[in-house]
Amino acid sequence: MKIIVPVKRVIDYNVKPRVKSDGTGVDLANVKMSMNPFDEIAVEEAIRLKEAGKAEEIIAVSVGPAKAQETLRTALAMGADRAILVETDEEVEPLAVAKILKAIVGEENPGLVILGKQAIDDDSNQTGQMLAALLGRPQGTFASKVEIDGDSVAVTREVDGGLETVKLAMPAIVTTDLRLNEPRYASLPNIMKAKKKPLDSKSPADYGVEIAPRLKTLKVSEPPVRQAGIKVEDVDALVAKLKEMGVA
Amino acid sequence: AAAKIAGVAKVHVADNAAYEHALAENVAPLIVDLMGHHDAFLAPATTTGKNVAPRVAALLDVAQLSDILSVEGEKTFTRPIYAGNAIATVESSDAKLVITVRGTAFEKAAAEGGSAAIEDVAGAGDAGLSSFVGAELAKSERPELTSAKVIVSGGRALKDSETFEQVILPLADKLGAAVGASRAAVDAGYVPNDYQVGQTGKIVAPEVYIAVGISGAIQHLAGMKDSKTIIAINKDEDAPIFQVADVGLVADLFTAVPELTGKL
Repeated sequence: MKIIVPVKRVIDYNVKPRVKSDGTGVDLANVKMSMNPFDEIAVEEAIRLKEAGKAEEIIAVSVGPAKAQETLRTALAMGADRAILVETDEEVEPLAVAKILKAIVGEENPGLVILGKQAIDDDSNQTGQMLAALLGRPQGTFASKVEIDGDSVAVTREVDGGLETVKLAMPAIVTTDLRLNEPRYASLPNIMKAKKKPLDSKSPADYGVEIAPRLKTLKVSEPPVRQAGIKVEDVDALVAKLKEMGVA
Repeated sequence: AAAKIAGVAKVHVADNAAYEHALAENVAPLIVDLMGHHDAFLAPATTTGKNVAPRVAALLDVAQLSDILSVEGEKTFTRPIYAGNAIATVESSDAKLVITVRGTAFEKAAAEGGSAAIEDVAGAGDAGLSSFVGAELAKSERPELTSAKVIVSGGRALKDSETFEQVILPLADKLGAAVGASRAAVDAGYVPNDYQVGQTGKIVAPEVYIAVGISGAIQHLAGMKDSKTIIAINKDEDAPIFQVADVGLVADLFTAVPELTGKL
C-alpha cells in the first residue's frame, strides 16, 4: 500500500504574524517558514505505518512556491520515499488543492491519504474533507489514533465531548490532530540522504486544475486590541474586582 | 424543539438510522440534495460542523468559509486567520454559500417564539463507506466549555493531575465555572484533551476567563482572547498573559488560588 502525505509550507508557529499596513495581507517577507505542525504529525504517522509493515511507500506532496521544496525535503529526511511539488506562486484555496490531490491520488492509487487537520496560516480545516468528497471516499478527521485492519481502518477522532471511533473502508482520507503522535526530528545523515531522493516538479496545469480563487480577500486587518489591564496587589483586591463584575 | 426557535421558518427532518452519528459520508449527500432549493448552508464551527461542511462544499464545487465572525454583506464575511492574529474580510464569488460559524461571535437566538413548519425529507441513507464504532465521552457535571459564562483554566504550573484538581476544581465550583486547560497541561496529562483551550482546542469567549499558571503562548491566546474579561494569576510578572489580562495578580498560585477560593 502507498500512503500520500500532503504537506504545506507555512509561517513558523512560534512567529507572531504581522499584518501589512496596507491591509493586503500578512507580512511574510523574511519571516521564518516551516512545515505546518499538523503535517509533521501526518508524515510521522505514515512513517510509523511503514515501519509497522502496513505501507510500502510514502509520497509527500506540496502545492506552493518553489521554496516548498524545502518542506518536501524535510518530509523526505523524516522518512518519506519520494516527493511531488506542484509549483505555483499563486495562493491556492483548499478546494483547488483538493482537486490537485485528487488527480495525484488517481495516478498513484494510495490506500491512505494522511493530511493535517488544518494549516496554521489560513486555519481553514477543509482540504482533507474536500478531497474525501471529490474522491467519494470516507474521511477520518481529527484523528488521535489510526489502526489498519485488512481493508479497513479504525480512526479514533477527537470530538467536542471526548473521543469517537469510526471504521472506514479503504482507500480512506485521514486528517491528524495534535495528539496522534510526536513527530521525529530528521537526523543530519538523513537530511543528507534526503537530498538524493526523487522530487518531481509539476504545475497545476499538468493536472488540468483551475486554481483561480473563489473567495476574494477584500482586506486583512489587525484584531481589535485589548485595553491595557491593571495589576492588583493581593487576593483581597482580586476578590473585590470579581464582586464588582458580579461573578462572585 | 428546533421549530420553536425564533427566526426559523421551516425544519427539515431526516429520520434514518444512517444519520444517527452524523457521519459525514452519509449526511453530506443529504444536505447537497437540500441545497437544490437553498442558497446557503451554515453549520456551527464544532467538530461536527467542521467535519461535514467542507465535504458538502466540495460536492457542490464551492469554496467553504470557515469560522466566520461577522456577516458584512450578502456574500461578505470576516474570519480569523493566523490563529486569530489577523482578521480577513472575504467575499465569495460562488452561487451557493457553505459556511461554518463561530458560536461565540453571535448572539443566541431565542429558544421560544418561533413557529416553523416541519417537513420530512428522505435521504439516500447509508453510503456504505463508514460506520460508527463507539464513543468515549468525558463525563462532566460542570457547564460546557464553549457556552460557559465563567471559565477557570489551568496550565503547566499546576504540576500534576492531583494538584490540578485540588487547586482548580474548588475555585471553578465556587464560581459555577467550566474548567479549561492550556495545551501544556493537556500534554502533561493533567486533564483530558477536550479541556484544551486554544488554536487547536476549543475557542471560547466567556464573560470571565481566569488563567491560572498559564504563560499565554499565542496558540492559547487564539482560543480565549475574545473573552470579555481576562484575569491572570501567575508568579512570573513578565508572562505574556499579563499583556491581554484585564486584571492580573502576580503571585504563587498555590497560595493565592486557595486563598481566593476561601474568600469567595
